[in-house]
Amino acid sequence: MSPPVAPPGWSRWLVPPAALSVHLSIGQAYAWSVFKPPLESALGLSGTQSALPFQLGIVMLGLSAAFGGTLVERNGPRWAMTVALICFSSGFLLSALGASLEQYWLIVLGYGFVGGIGLGIGYISPVSTLIKWFPDRPGMATGIAIMGFGGGALIASPWSAQMLESFGGDSTGIALAFLVHGLSYAVFMLLGVLLVRVPRHVPGAGGTARQAPTGPQVSAKQAIRTPQFWLLWLVLCMNVTAGIGILEKAAPMITDFFADTSTPVSVTAAAGFVALLSAANMAGRIGWSSTSDLIGRKNIYRVYLGVGSLMYALIALFGDSSKPLFILCALVILSFYGGGFATVPAYLKDLFGTYQVGAIHGRLLTAWSTAGVLGPLIVNWIADRQEEAGRHGASLYGLSFVIMIGLLVVGFVANELVRPVDPRHHVPAPKEAARVERQQSESA
Amino acid sequence: MSSDSSQSPPSPDRRWLIALAWVWVGVPLAYGLYELVRKATQLFTG
Repeated sequence: MSPPVAPPGWSRWLVPPAALSVHLSIGQAYAWSVFKPPLESALGLSGTQSALPFQLGIVMLGLSAAFGGTLVERNGPRWAMTVALICFSSGFLLSALGASLEQYWLIVLGYGFVGGIGLGIGYISPVSTLIKWFPDRPGMATGIAIMGFGGGALIASPWSAQMLESFGGDSTGIALAFLVHGLSYAVFMLLGVLLVRVPRHVPGAGGTARQAPTGPQVSAKQAIRTPQFWLLWLVLCMNVTAGIGILEKAAPMITDFFADTSTPVSVTAAAGFVALLSAANMAGRIGWSSTSDLIGRKNIYRVYLGVGSLMYALIALFGDSSKPLFILCALVILSFYGGGFATVPAYLKDLFGTYQVGAIHGRLLTAWSTAGVLGPLIVNWIADRQEEAGRHGASLYGLSFVIMIGLLVVGFVANELVRPVDPRHHVPAPKEAARVERQQSESA
Repeated sequence: MSSDSSQSPPSPDRRWLIALAWVWVGVPLAYGLYELVRKATQLFTG
């Protein structure tokens, strides 16, 4: 499938909504928890079992982004968005069948496995194209798309809840809700498939060897052999781990912090705090990522990791004495968490060029999967141990915060070590490539 | 701007397409944000 090339007069401002239509859809994954209680009561599942489709979905996101990245580069964004549409939508349709037949394995297979492939391919599908359309503002462009992934859950969460309320929480109601989700998302994502175009004078935008972009270009295969890739992997992993550390336990954390004070936090207020964190996460994706276009990628990660560790230190030292300070620090940390996700494609573009940036980004997302396990594990494990030791309130989290500060410092050092990629890793320019090829065939 | 395609201004037809595309994604996002703000205010009122 050849990539869809933009006709004359095509506006680059049509590409961000194309990307958003995909990211706003697949971002639904973070609203899976809405389906958990009805599934548990309708099919007699445990909490662990009902989380399985989401967990498999996230694993498949990482795997398909890592292994499908090269295919996405080769076949172009329309192919990738079509695959994402088919997989994500049919994942819901399979789940609808599973719910109506009360066969839970079909829901796991549909939403988790098939839908998860849609998540991974969909997540990386517009990145490379956006960077090529907005070489002057790559941070802003990818920030818009990746903000959409956060926005997807904001839309799906109340929408799915209302649908389940209308259709009922029994297996028939759940099946109907899955069916409507599958069909609606297919129509919504179709906009992306129809609108996405690669810019005309970057002929290799679909990944062919004919492209002649400026600056150093590194292939995905070669990128993972460079220290820069692994340093960035570490930077992303540390930044995400620190953000998830708060996001994972936000509601119980704020309740515990102020449980022994004169102004305890109610369950309703804690839910409001979680919502506010989501807003900071989203705002950080577009805001910080756009700022990186002005101050540079290395500097913005210095802010994420350096100021982030300072925020954690402030919470650890004074968090339980001031509610506004606690909330403010948590909001800043979450905005850095979102910003870290959204800025990384532009950082990759700066280091490795646009040649296979989508595929390299896909491989880097394994850092997200690792952080997704690490962050909650650290915070939950330590909080449980502290509780067993008879501690309560803010002291449940003190050690976790110290660990988070340590992780952010590790990320900060890794970011400082990032240097331009050695020219021996660069893809040779066309003439040079032809000369090397000739030499190789002569010597063979 | 680096692209030929984006250097010439979009035709009037394309302006409608741009507006439609942004409304397509903007309306659901606005709904999500509205619900978010409603919930977030609970932090100060709940």
